Amino acid sequence: MKKFDKERVLLAVAGPVIALAVAFVLSAIVLLASGKSPVEPYALMFEQIGFSDIQVLVINQASMYYIAALAVAIGFRMNLFNIGVDGQYQLAAMMAAVVGAHMNLPAAIQIPLLLLTAVCTGAFWSGIAGVLKVTRGVSEVVATIMLNAIATSVIAYLWLPNVFGVKVGNNNTTGEMHESGWVPGIDMGDAGEIYGLVFLAVLLGIGYWVVLNRTRFGFDLRASGASESAAAASGVDPKRMVLTAMLISGGIAGLAGLPILLGDTHTYSLNFPTGIGFLGIGIALLGRNSPVGIAFAALLWAWLDKASPELDFHGYDKEIAVIMQGLIVLSVVVSYEAVREWGLRRQQRRVGAELAAGHVLGADNNTTKEVAGR
Amino acid sequence: MKILYGMQKPDEGTIAVDGQQVSFSSPADAIVRGIGMVHQHFMLADNLTVLENVVLGSEKLYGIGAKARRKITEISERYGLGVQPDRLVEELGVAARQRVEILKVLYRGATTLILDEPTAVLVPQEVDALFDNLRELKAEGLSVIFISHKLGEVLSVADEITVIRRGTTVGTAVPAETTPRQLAEMMVGSELPTPETAESTVTDRPVITVDKLRLEAAGGKALLDDITFTIHAGEVLGIAGVEGNGQTELVDALIGLKHADSGTIKLVDEEITGWVTRKRREQGIGYIPEDRHRHGLLLEAPLWENRILGHVTEKPNAKGVWLDLKAAQADTRRIVEAYDVRTPGIDVTAASLSGGNQQKLIVGREMSHKPRFLIAAHPTRGVDVGAQAAIWDHIREARREGLAVLLISADLDELIGLSDTLRVIYNGKLVADADPATITPEELGSAMTGAATGHLEHDENAEPGADTPEIRKSPEAPEDEAR
Repeated sequence: MKKFDKERVLLAVAGPVIALAVAFVLSAIVLLASGKSPVEPYALMFEQIGFSDIQVLVINQASMYYIAALAVAIGFRMNLFNIGVDGQYQLAAMMAAVVGAHMNLPAAIQIPLLLLTAVCTGAFWSGIAGVLKVTRGVSEVVATIMLNAIATSVIAYLWLPNVFGVKVGNNNTTGEMHESGWVPGIDMGDAGEIYGLVFLAVLLGIGYWVVLNRTRFGFDLRASGASESAAAASGVDPKRMVLTAMLISGGIAGLAGLPILLGDTHTYSLNFPTGIGFLGIGIALLGRNSPVGIAFAALLWAWLDKASPELDFHGYDKEIAVIMQGLIVLSVVVSYEAVREWGLRRQQRRVGAELAAGHVLGADNNTTKEVAGR
Repeated sequence: MKILYGMQKPDEGTIAVDGQQVSFSSPADAIVRGIGMVHQHFMLADNLTVLENVVLGSEKLYGIGAKARRKITEISERYGLGVQPDRLVEELGVAARQRVEILKVLYRGATTLILDEPTAVLVPQEVDALFDNLRELKAEGLSVIFISHKLGEVLSVADEITVIRRGTTVGTAVPAETTPRQLAEMMVGSELPTPETAESTVTDRPVITVDKLRLEAAGGKALLDDITFTIHAGEVLGIAGVEGNGQTELVDALIGLKHADSGTIKLVDEEITGWVTRKRREQGIGYIPEDRHRHGLLLEAPLWENRILGHVTEKPNAKGVWLDLKAAQADTRRIVEAYDVRTPGIDVTAASLSGGNQQKLIVGREMSHKPRFLIAAHPTRGVDVGAQAAIWDHIREARREGLAVLLISADLDELIGLSDTLRVIYNGKLVADADPATITPEELGSAMTGAATGHLEHDENAEPGADTPEIRKSPEAPEDEAR
């Protein structure tokens, strides 16, 4: 039995490692083709890991990537593609900013209220796609993409000065939030401050794992993703499951912008980070929808983001990091599928071999260790 | 089979075609060597015509136009396949589809045909027609590898028999000198299982009562109409019928995947017509699905997760809203041992088990929840003889303890042997009933094509098959028109 456990670890690690190796090699080729050193940019970027201010930036950025990727991953686990995380988190962050600017309650109530506002806004926005899919059969991919575009327009409308907008110079903002809604960070001295809501990201990751692997609901959700027909036959109501998963995905997505909103900017302005939802898709893919995998992937992405500006000072284009992110996603898709099939076939052969050798369960009871869920 | 067709590489040993040693790395290599495969599950595109299906992927051979059509007609006539190139595949019956599959293989120039369980989906008359086709192919100098677990068929069609058990050749036999019993003993390795149920255990306590059940397709066409039956505790009700005549819909309506448009279903004395699937399963309806890969298993999940599937709300799998992994895993081990599921452990994926072992796991899982009513759709399809006997034993044992069973099967011997009562389904209606003690597979077969209705009496004087000469001559089986 130990053998199969090791096998699982090997398979889990092989995919990302192959993908990363391929992506790094391909990026090196791109560098070579543009007549630059294929090694030095990596050296420069690795050097950045050692600086504590970069470390803080990476952790802060990764926390948002992590939450967005979890939102995508929960959809992936049941074959739902929530492409709309981007619109959901932006709209949710804006609503939280608006509530934070217009209500002033004690922090113990204010902060949960803001979190709740964001969750509800995100869930509402993704819920539209969920309802459309369940009642009218509209593909959630199409619906959520459209909702992204609509979210952008809604945000532009809410920014109007006669709605919730406050002009600060040329910038559109929602006005400064009341201080009771600010989440204090961890002061790292000169290196900066780690957002307090980084811990929310960690909690969400733990919650995600517990719900998926330890609850009946999580089992139903995973079963729906593994085989819709088998799940239906097992008693899962497919429509209700689609709607629930969309709502949860959107609810988590709503939180993705809050670490920076409540920890740093305290207003929703034109400078608010965009595109986190789309990056979350790639990160969820690279992390294989596992909470630990996604954490590593989010840190990797954040590192590529925050270490690449240094390249500009040495005559390289920092866009090489973006190229690399793209190449990673491409190689991930290919290598995971290859590794998955290889693993399945390999296990089939091994089971065949073990049976032929007479290693049948019951014949020898050395099966004490089990691995729970994936 | 997979190795012969190039889908898998052998670890050891050699394959020789026409005395020449070969190695295949893909099905394409096998096709080049003249090996063609007719799969158990047809690989045809429903919305394309026969012609389009045949040329698909081999457009280079004879193009896609008149030349291809000529070639198809020529092959069809030469081997008496009776294929019409311009019909849509979705209009064809199972037997006709199978002939298209055979033609597809011949079109690609195959000289060796592998047929994987080709008779599983056919009624006896169609089986005879298929065998005539095979003899035709043989006469033209082609070789046929015929894989089947039905002994009578193998004995009647084969020139030489090789018996494989658990992945090794256990012997060869010459049909003329072998009795079905000897062959079966070779296959099982010990005593022969029979599906006969010893004594009747039927009680007068109705467990499931279906009354005037009707299910409509989107356009209002009846998929099931006026279905009425009662199954008592300790009774096995067998449903015979050519596939696609409403069996799948009947099962879906009983387990709650589809909801009846009219009519009622009662479980003991509760009406369950409006219940959802989960409630039905919790209340004691066990379900052995027709297609275990689609409806019974999560193939890439470990065995213990598959043990939870379908019973996630029940003990020992759950405590409140939480899963009880330890208990579920322990119970999986119990099932694996009690039902003789051959596996090195419960952490391997369901996909890595053989079909028979997957099925034993499903049977074990369903039986573990002490169902009151069991839906068994093709419980031994694609299952080896040993597992088949075990599954029959489990069904019989549960029947003795008062289980009501709805048995749907294409294996008429199994139906006749296990059932206490037999009904025939045709075109969504229960058209005939029969006494399993006296009826023969041939008589049942003709009712399945709609030729006989009402109560079927066994006729001692009838020549076997004498009542179906037209069916044998006609290349299009009658169910084609019925669709």
